[in-house]
Amino acid sequence: MSEFFEAVQTIPLIRYALLAGLVSSLIFGVVGSFVVTRRIGYIAAAIAHGMLGGIGAAIYFGRTYDIPWLTPTFGAVVSSLLFAGIIGWVSLRSRDREDTIIGAIWAFGMAAGVLFIQYTPGKNVNLESFLLGNILLTSKSDVIATVTLGVIVLTLVALFYHKLVAVCFDEEFARLRGVSSHIYFLLLLIITALSMVLLVRVAGIVLSLALLVLPAATASRFFRRLWLIILVSIVLSLIYNTGGLMLSFQLDTLTGPFIVIVASVVYGLTFLVKRKGM
Amino acid sequence: MNCLLSSEPPIVVACRDLSFRYGKPLVLDDVCFQVEEGESLCVIGPNGGGKSTLMKLLLGLLEPVSGEIQVLGKTPVKARCEIGYVPQAIRFDPLFPISALDIVLMGRLDRLGVGLFSGKCKNAARAALDEVGLADLANRPFSDLSGGQRQRVLIARALACDPKLLLLDEPTANIDLSVEEALLETLEKLRERMTILLVTHDLDLVSRIGDSVLCVNHRIHRHSLPLSGETIREIYSGARRLEHDRRTRHSQGDHSACEHE
Repeated sequence: MSEFFEAVQTIPLIRYALLAGLVSSLIFGVVGSFVVTRRIGYIAAAIAHGMLGGIGAAIYFGRTYDIPWLTPTFGAVVSSLLFAGIIGWVSLRSRDREDTIIGAIWAFGMAAGVLFIQYTPGKNVNLESFLLGNILLTSKSDVIATVTLGVIVLTLVALFYHKLVAVCFDEEFARLRGVSSHIYFLLLLIITALSMVLLVRVAGIVLSLALLVLPAATASRFFRRLWLIILVSIVLSLIYNTGGLMLSFQLDTLTGPFIVIVASVVYGLTFLVKRKGM
Repeated sequence: MNCLLSSEPPIVVACRDLSFRYGKPLVLDDVCFQVEEGESLCVIGPNGGGKSTLMKLLLGLLEPVSGEIQVLGKTPVKARCEIGYVPQAIRFDPLFPISALDIVLMGRLDRLGVGLFSGKCKNAARAALDEVGLADLANRPFSDLSGGQRQRVLIARALACDPKLLLLDEPTANIDLSVEEALLETLEKLRERMTILLVTHDLDLVSRIGDSVLCVNHRIHRHSLPLSGETIREIYSGARRLEHDRRTRHSQGDHSACEHE
């Protein structure tokens, strides 16, 4: 434990990882609560998996044509926003095709990503770090990106909290009260997509959804007000992220799997506690 | 095809020669009717007859293929803010983490720019909850409420809009009225002070709340209350519906506000 705190003071990389984890927890708590409440976890999962296509494309074209700004994060952001837009559009247009398009994007992204990475020239790309994540690889620019994103997400949610809740609860009624339901639903998907980019860095594509959904799902076992669920999920995310970082530093291993197992066990344990009124 | 558009008392809803289709067949064909201020009109008819479609047209959620709708003298989209719409409580996620008061506050969304609701909005929402007899349950989660209480919360949400017209979609469906008498009492009280248009299958509700009845089965006809046993059987038994349609149209003038050819 004391070793970890020493490292925080002396090794910038650990400091970055810790800071990114703290800010991410705020975002995950807020966005995860909306995702669980609106029941769009499967959309978030499709965006995360589709993202590998963007990451692969960015690495492939970045190396082949020597474009330095074409980083994996850039590819992840662009593809996640693109896929969120497509899913949102289909979902609003014809709800019965939503599951099909989600499955297609999920598989397409993974396939494209694997192919791009396979044909990328130069030294081997570490596919595993994208699939399973590694928060210890956080750079200073990642921290700046995370903080910027955190400010954007939290500001948007604070400004439009009631409208987002109303659209999640009853899209039609919100529309009748002059709220552009479609725009707010798309806004929610965009925020979710950007959060998935951060999550993929911490927990990887395969495990990211668990980290987004489990804290909020755990909180909503006990609380019946969205803002309370948000607060409790933030606290849980903070514990999971920081704890996971400590463990992976101590044991020199990947963070994601540890966090996900702990979060899943905690969620599972909540079923042993009898909930009020259920 | 003449609808009588009289000027007194004021007309709240006026539909003229209204038709609508989703695919090829017409869901609503040549619909004409009007609702006067203070009137309480019950819309009944078989499933798939076009009741919900009519409701959506009145709210401006659908556009008519032909014909004209005026609500409060405006197009439905412009009149929206003055309509209090009450959907069925069963439609909602019962585990959605929200309090009764927060749901009612949604009725004031059009007055909210960004941030939090003002104290004035909160007072209006509390007053609306009080009117449906749920002031004590303002902070209770939606999931803890009974079916009838949920429906009353949704009515309060519509009242928080300060509506001039209340549109209700099957308010008593899936609700055990022997336990939920308060819901009927709420509706009876509201009938005294506002114009109500109510879709229902519940003939008991019709007799307690309605001034008149609009039977919707692609075409419409209007009946005065009380309905005869013969009329009720005709409306709800599939085999006799066509005969009902033919006979009612034949004997218009008395019953229907509008003539069919």
